[in-house]
Amino acid sequence: MSLLLEPAEQQIKDEKIYREMGLTDDEFALVEKILGRLPNYTELGLFSVMWSEHCSYKNSKPLLKKFPVTGEQVLQGPGEGAGIVDIGDGQAVAFKIESHNHPSAIEPYQGAATGVGGIIRDVFSMGARPIAILNSLRFGELDSPRVRYLFEQVVAGIAGYGNCIGIPTVGGEVQFDRSYDGNPLVNAMCVGLINHDEIQKGQAKGVGNTVMYVGAKTGRDGIHGATFASEELTEDSDEKRPAVQVGDPFMEKLLLEACLELIKSDALIGIQDMGAAGLTSSSAEMASKAGSGIEMNLDLVPQRETGMSAYEMMLSESQERMLIVIEKGREEEIQALFHKYDLDAVAVGKVTDDKRLRLLHQGEVVADVPVDALAEDAPVYHKPSQEPAYFREFQALENTEPKVENLEETLHALLKQPTIASKEWVYDQYDYQVRTNTVVTPGSDAAVLRIRGTEKALAMKTDCNSRYLYLDPETGGKIAVAEAARNIVCSGGQPLAITDCLNFGSPDKPEIFWQMEKAVDGMSEACRTLNAPVIGGNVSLYNETNGTAVYPTPVVGMVGLIEKLDYITTQSFKQAGDFVYLIGETKTEFGGSELQKLTEGKISGKAPELDLAVEQERQQGLLKSIREGLVQSAHDLAEGGLAVALAESAFKTSLGVTAETTGSAVTELFSETQSRFLISVKPEHAEAFEQLTGGRKIGEVTAQPIFRIVHNGEKVIDQPVDKFEESWRGAIPCLLS
Amino acid sequence: MKFAVIVFPGSNCDIDMYHAIKDELKEEVEYVWHDAENLDQFDGILLPGGFSYGDYLRSGSIARFSKVMNEVVKAAEAGKPVLGVCNGFQILLESGLLPGAMLRNQGLKFICRPVELEVVNNETMFTKAYQPNERITVPVAHGEGNYFCDEKTLQQLETNGQIVFRYAGENPNGSLSDIAGITNERGNVLGMMPHPERAVDELLGSADGLKLFQSIVKHWRDSHVVTA
Repeated sequence: MSLLLEPAEQQIKDEKIYREMGLTDDEFALVEKILGRLPNYTELGLFSVMWSEHCSYKNSKPLLKKFPVTGEQVLQGPGEGAGIVDIGDGQAVAFKIESHNHPSAIEPYQGAATGVGGIIRDVFSMGARPIAILNSLRFGELDSPRVRYLFEQVVAGIAGYGNCIGIPTVGGEVQFDRSYDGNPLVNAMCVGLINHDEIQKGQAKGVGNTVMYVGAKTGRDGIHGATFASEELTEDSDEKRPAVQVGDPFMEKLLLEACLELIKSDALIGIQDMGAAGLTSSSAEMASKAGSGIEMNLDLVPQRETGMSAYEMMLSESQERMLIVIEKGREEEIQALFHKYDLDAVAVGKVTDDKRLRLLHQGEVVADVPVDALAEDAPVYHKPSQEPAYFREFQALENTEPKVENLEETLHALLKQPTIASKEWVYDQYDYQVRTNTVVTPGSDAAVLRIRGTEKALAMKTDCNSRYLYLDPETGGKIAVAEAARNIVCSGGQPLAITDCLNFGSPDKPEIFWQMEKAVDGMSEACRTLNAPVIGGNVSLYNETNGTAVYPTPVVGMVGLIEKLDYITTQSFKQAGDFVYLIGETKTEFGGSELQKLTEGKISGKAPELDLAVEQERQQGLLKSIREGLVQSAHDLAEGGLAVALAESAFKTSLGVTAETTGSAVTELFSETQSRFLISVKPEHAEAFEQLTGGRKIGEVTAQPIFRIVHNGEKVIDQPVDKFEESWRGAIPCLLS
Repeated sequence: MKFAVIVFPGSNCDIDMYHAIKDELKEEVEYVWHDAENLDQFDGILLPGGFSYGDYLRSGSIARFSKVMNEVVKAAEAGKPVLGVCNGFQILLESGLLPGAMLRNQGLKFICRPVELEVVNNETMFTKAYQPNERITVPVAHGEGNYFCDEKTLQQLETNGQIVFRYAGENPNGSLSDIAGITNERGNVLGMMPHPERAVDELLGSADGLKLFQSIVKHWRDSHVVTA
């Protein structure tokens, strides 16, 4: 039996019950005006969930409009399950990133697992075969037992889902900072491959066509998940545990195979994942996009529990379900298809022409609302924006070098910083090889997957240095996009497009909204310059714990095309005697750097500068030299600067490196100046490489596995590579034990 | 030679196995759904990795009751080569075609990494193309690969040369006697945790697994020349 005694219309209004569902007084008045009457409890549920930030983007829409979303490569921009870009030969790649932050803060294993499950469904609902999963994770510092628990369980949840469904988890990033202590970020990205002629859309077209429910049964899990995701986390959030869904990757594997078989059928009209806001969003959005309406009889919905109310069914976020629209009269063949996989496929309704979502339950009409009101007409807010005081203070600070006593020890300490340290502990738990296409496995700049049967490959990466964004969201936003592109280019790929996951605090605070605005400005400019439009994504706001926001973290997920397998490049040194080059000059830039955090315990000052024109020129020069076969290894300089990049390039080889630097040692070795690359080149290609890139030779790869830096003629770092590799490899297991 | 790749609900390395045979070994291969009632047309049976039936209850424990498993048993009895990799190995254990059982990895976590193996017995139909005690690199990807059996069974495995592969470097999962792969007494059913089908192309890091498949084909050709 339902535990909910549903309040009557007048009671909802009098007692302002809508507030508990996240609707404001004004929003409730608007609902009343749209309907021309008071909504009943079920209808209120539909509006509250569809008008949540998670589903409606009501706070972020004005900003999202700034993103460049077109390009000759774009086949599908934002608005569908996933964006799609052309990769030639009738093939395309579909991808999207999405957050599952709040569920993961409360129930980390299931929160992370269902985050993966949801994003996979978004991709195969487009008709694409999912080929890879990536993620972007943020946690507090590992000295907290709660953070260690969240970290271990989130990784286990991602592994548990991805490994079982058999889609390789090939890459990602994990960073640690106090600002994420109570509010970890769990963003999952899925990449799929599709033929142009198989692209599907989530549209309910053709009056009289049949609406079918396929996949797992509906239960009471995850009711109001989307609303929960649009609130701040508080000490009471544990009580929202029932709003977290439970995942079943085995069920999803069956659903995936069945749906990919389904898209070959000409009976299929439209298909959409029942993700956030489940049955409500899938039905309302499919009808709204097609300019039609939908009528459903909820008695027919496959149910896992008895006595579920219409409200519960419509708001449930039970996993592994899809809503499809098929040609009327062909229900049986669709049922037979799903039956092969032991899955439910039930006709629950039909497409109508009145642009309304009408729900019947136990012989009564329990909801009758306009679909556009749910899917399109959520109020849009232009929130006030205000530059925070800290920003002006930081901008006024001069760039200075942190104090460093011993360069060798500092390098060890940097390599042990969890954000820099080897993530082997993480990716060892992910099956990154299943489906046997993974050419470059986790641990290099970007993951690379071949496209079977072709000479092409895809490079993919998630990126975001939120410390830079905190110091300066506009510059930081540019850097996030540019750094993702750098990683793609280092792997031999041409950036195609990005998907983004905008993780911020509460937009109701003008300082937070300012961060959002500036970050989007910076990202948009970088996307335009680097010709990598935004083809979709997700916004996650209210990432705050007890009033404190996380760092602004607009995660960038980028995919690039590697035109020939020969172009695939990794960061590891290849051969003794190769010359080592640095592309780009080095300035004293430590604002938000790993060294600043290490020595001062906090970050301050200006983010590193970024000139997008210079960035683009260097990336294209490097890509050209890779394509001409001049490059042995390529690595971008990121956290920890040159010394860390040199060390990372020597790790996992049996080689060493000697590099010579001049100027100020701390700046040369550890500054995080942007748009720089560390490249190794065979001596016979040195001249051609220099001409294309303007790179400056700084050293050589050595047969002897010694890591040596000679600064102003003096050996300042001189130790076996092994020693540094131990520090780097052992850090995270050590912090967890 | 014609191979069957058996597909259970939840199998996910079926595609890897299929392409290893088709693209690299260049032999005939077909996917066979778990409810198949006849495998007569196939010369070799491959049980791929994955999570058949979601690993519910115990890995491999539900798949063994599939219709097709009766046919797999028949094929084994007829002396056809039967190879189970990872979840396929677990299914062979559950079905009694191989002795012993799987425990969770000692570290209690799923592990995915390339490991070094020693070819302990290169006299089997699966390993003839390898040198004696050859060291090869093949990836593992599993959460339950910690092989276990009683002392008497271990003794028999040793005496009969049924231990075909051992972990040569670090033992990744704590398996008894570093066991990575075993055959039945007759030597025509091989179960192994490492994935030879993922090691058939240098582009993906190793082609050391290819010889295993080549061994099967060579054995089949040789024996069919004799009996023809």
